[in-house]
Amino acid sequence: MAGFLIKRLLQAIFVVIAITLVVSFAIRLTGDPALMMFQGGGSMTEEDLQRIRVSLGTDQPFIVQYLTFLKGMVTFDFGRSFNGGTSVSLLIGDALPATLLLAFISMFVSIALSIPLGIKAATSRGSAADQAIRIFSLIGLSFPNFWLATMLVLLFAITLGWLPPSGMGGFASYVMPAITMGVILTATNVRLVRTSMLETLQSQYIMVARAKGLSESKVLYKHALRNCAIPLITYFGLQFGGLLGGIVVIERVFNWPGMGTLAFDAVAARDYPVLQAVITVLSLMIVGINLLVDIAYGLVDPRIRTE
Amino acid sequence: MSETIKPLLSVENLSVEFGSSRVVDELSFTVEAGKTVAVVGESGSGKSVTSLSTMRLADMMGAKYATGRIMFNDRDLLKASQKEMRSIRGKEIAMIFQEPMTSLNPVFTIGDQICEVLMLHEKLGKSAAMAEAQRLLDMVRLPDSAELLHRFPHQLSGGMRQRVMIAMALACRPKLLIADEPTTALDVTIQAQILNIMRDLQKTLGMGMVFITHDMGVVAEMADHVVVMWKGKKVEEGPVREIFANPQHPYTRTLLSAVPKLGSMTGEEFPKRMPLTVLQDGEPALAGEERIQDTAKYDEKPLLSVKDLFVRFDIKKNLFGKATHRCSAVQKVSFDIHPGETLALVGESGSGKSTIGRTIQQLQSSMGGEIAFNGRSYSSMSAAERFRMRQEVQYIFQDPFASLDPRKTVGFSIAEPINTHGLINDSKAVKRRVDELLERVGLPSNVASRYPHEFSGGQRQRVCIARALASDPKLIIADEALSALDVSIQAQIINLFMDLQAERGLAYLFISHDMAVVEKMSHRVAVLYLGQIMEMGSRQQVFENPSHDYTRRLLSAVPVADPTAPRNTALIEGEIPNPVRRVGDEPAILSHEEINPGHFIAKSA
Repeated sequence: MAGFLIKRLLQAIFVVIAITLVVSFAIRLTGDPALMMFQGGGSMTEEDLQRIRVSLGTDQPFIVQYLTFLKGMVTFDFGRSFNGGTSVSLLIGDALPATLLLAFISMFVSIALSIPLGIKAATSRGSAADQAIRIFSLIGLSFPNFWLATMLVLLFAITLGWLPPSGMGGFASYVMPAITMGVILTATNVRLVRTSMLETLQSQYIMVARAKGLSESKVLYKHALRNCAIPLITYFGLQFGGLLGGIVVIERVFNWPGMGTLAFDAVAARDYPVLQAVITVLSLMIVGINLLVDIAYGLVDPRIRTE
Repeated sequence: MSETIKPLLSVENLSVEFGSSRVVDELSFTVEAGKTVAVVGESGSGKSVTSLSTMRLADMMGAKYATGRIMFNDRDLLKASQKEMRSIRGKEIAMIFQEPMTSLNPVFTIGDQICEVLMLHEKLGKSAAMAEAQRLLDMVRLPDSAELLHRFPHQLSGGMRQRVMIAMALACRPKLLIADEPTTALDVTIQAQILNIMRDLQKTLGMGMVFITHDMGVVAEMADHVVVMWKGKKVEEGPVREIFANPQHPYTRTLLSAVPKLGSMTGEEFPKRMPLTVLQDGEPALAGEERIQDTAKYDEKPLLSVKDLFVRFDIKKNLFGKATHRCSAVQKVSFDIHPGETLALVGESGSGKSTIGRTIQQLQSSMGGEIAFNGRSYSSMSAAERFRMRQEVQYIFQDPFASLDPRKTVGFSIAEPINTHGLINDSKAVKRRVDELLERVGLPSNVASRYPHEFSGGQRQRVCIARALASDPKLIIADEALSALDVSIQAQIINLFMDLQAERGLAYLFISHDMAVVEKMSHRVAVLYLGQIMEMGSRQQVFENPSHDYTRRLLSAVPVADPTAPRNTALIEGEIPNPVRRVGDEPAILSHEEINPGHFIAKSA
């Protein structure tokens, strides 16, 4: 297990370097920020532009810029935004908790819904309950998330006035974003739980557990669930990563002050330091989640732990 | 006299249905405390459904109980609710299943799984349950029980897992134990150990036992009373000696005559094709000829010659990818196969017998040694020639269902080797050839357009044989090809193998763990143990004059299908050792000694 984790850790470091390299390089292909900043600013001489480039540091060769960035990354100093000069670390410090909180709540809602529903569907395979769960999951899968979000806003914020339409505030402001994300995740997860549960329930050890006289809930939640945990953990891990990246749309709709909004604005303004930092932090999070998933494998499955 | 004793379990007129099909039909039998009733029958006879119905576990599979009752402790189990059944299962009636490898939950320790029953039914606390679990592990003669409690199932061998299952089933001293093919998946020496343990514990605990099996040898060793099932019905029942000595029902007679009996070939120089006993108009009749299988051409040079074959797998690697643990699967194994000869490789799990077969078929690469076909070594052949070898050598696997593509018709599967090797170019001619092959293996040619799931196990194995014959090979490697089949089907396939050998001069490398079948059909036998040949010689030499300890041990462990034969209670102890060893701790390679012409045994190191 230790060897396995060390291997994964080395891989993770390599992944982070590769991602930051690609991001820093690609972002510089999108245009000169100096030009962007003074777009339509009237009389700009080449000397003025050059002065701006020097002050931003973009006159340096790419490799120097990249190394500076890497050096900063180790000390969590991502430089200053091209736009207003705020410290990038401060911007991220504000946005990251907002995004993580939303992502965690959505994940939690989805797992809390999909596991019991998936198990119900699997144990009553072919019944009305199973059909209903499958149909609802199909409907959930077919909603585009921005559409669902807009509809929720229309109904609960504008027509009924129960919930705030946007922004991050008290508990009420979390409800709609979390439901939007949660519903869509649940739709896929229910199916996954159902399939892997069906497979596990065929196992001989489930019959043995029943032959011991255990109650159905013990059989399902103790003996079966832990055995189908491996595919579920894998998928939930991937999903969480995808969630962090894909949350941009939802954050835009609900005007949520998170990483997605930050990234969106940074792209629009060619704000290299911010964008680089956002992507780096997000990819670090995803790499970190994958490491956690690997550790979780070992915890739930002794066959991996004792290898 | 027995009428005065009230039976422990009494199944009365039981019928079980799944949807519209009735799989158990008006079955009645009784089990007394301290006695063993064997329920025997072939696949589809309804014997497993009977046991699952007694536990009311068949409910979960959608069974409906059309008629009858199952009386246990003065109550009808069929009328009990699932909640009431839960207090009976594991406590009053316990069950052991066929597959020890999958019967234990892989994510919990052995201790936890045994404790679970004790804490549930006996209301023991965790530490008291652990102590009791350890006592139970000692009772099934597992060494290092204290340490075993904290191990996980995957760290145990099949035999050890089945003992854990027995310990778990007996944890609450049930009055009735239902054992559904408990030793079928185990090696013979391990089977003998498990049967001994079960017999002893039954005596100590005085419990009744329902023993479900298809193996008549196991029946003879274990049962007091036998119930024979056929197509969901009980066709005969009686005391075990009666059933074996004087079977009444034609089906029982057919079944018993199909059972290969170890020692039945004593005094014969060659294998013999025996007529089959078949049911004809409800009466057993002999069908087919008796013929001495003198097909091996020892005067010709060997068809296949294996010399010092060496195959090793890296099991564990360190961080830098260097092997730390290895399994030496095959070590310096040498043998020849002559045209028309059947050479049997026998041995238990981990003996390397399948690895040898796979290496000859080039499904596995070797680390050393030579394999030569028709005098030419594989290493001297070009890639194209080696590819052509796959036409000359064909492989038949144990599980015919898993080795046929479920999405292709059997006709396609049989034609595939013909097309791959470009043997016939005209598609009509290919079809004719497929039809011929199907008919040759005893199937109508119109089944070519059907899919594997539409066939029974025996028919599927016939399809696999037809596929193996399609490229007109000289050598067929049959890797446990009969193991998954019912005995009556097995007998048919053995005859088919022998007929094909006589017709085409085929040579077989027959890989098997079943000593009785090997005795019936092979010319020469090689006994393998941990990747090395322990004894090799003609069938007569090995079976009538077993000269290596291991061969004797293997033969003595085979259950004898004769209840009057003295029971083999001599303790066969010890696990089959794990062939995985640390690098640097390589096993000694044994040299061989020729004790009679052609009869070799390994000298102890």
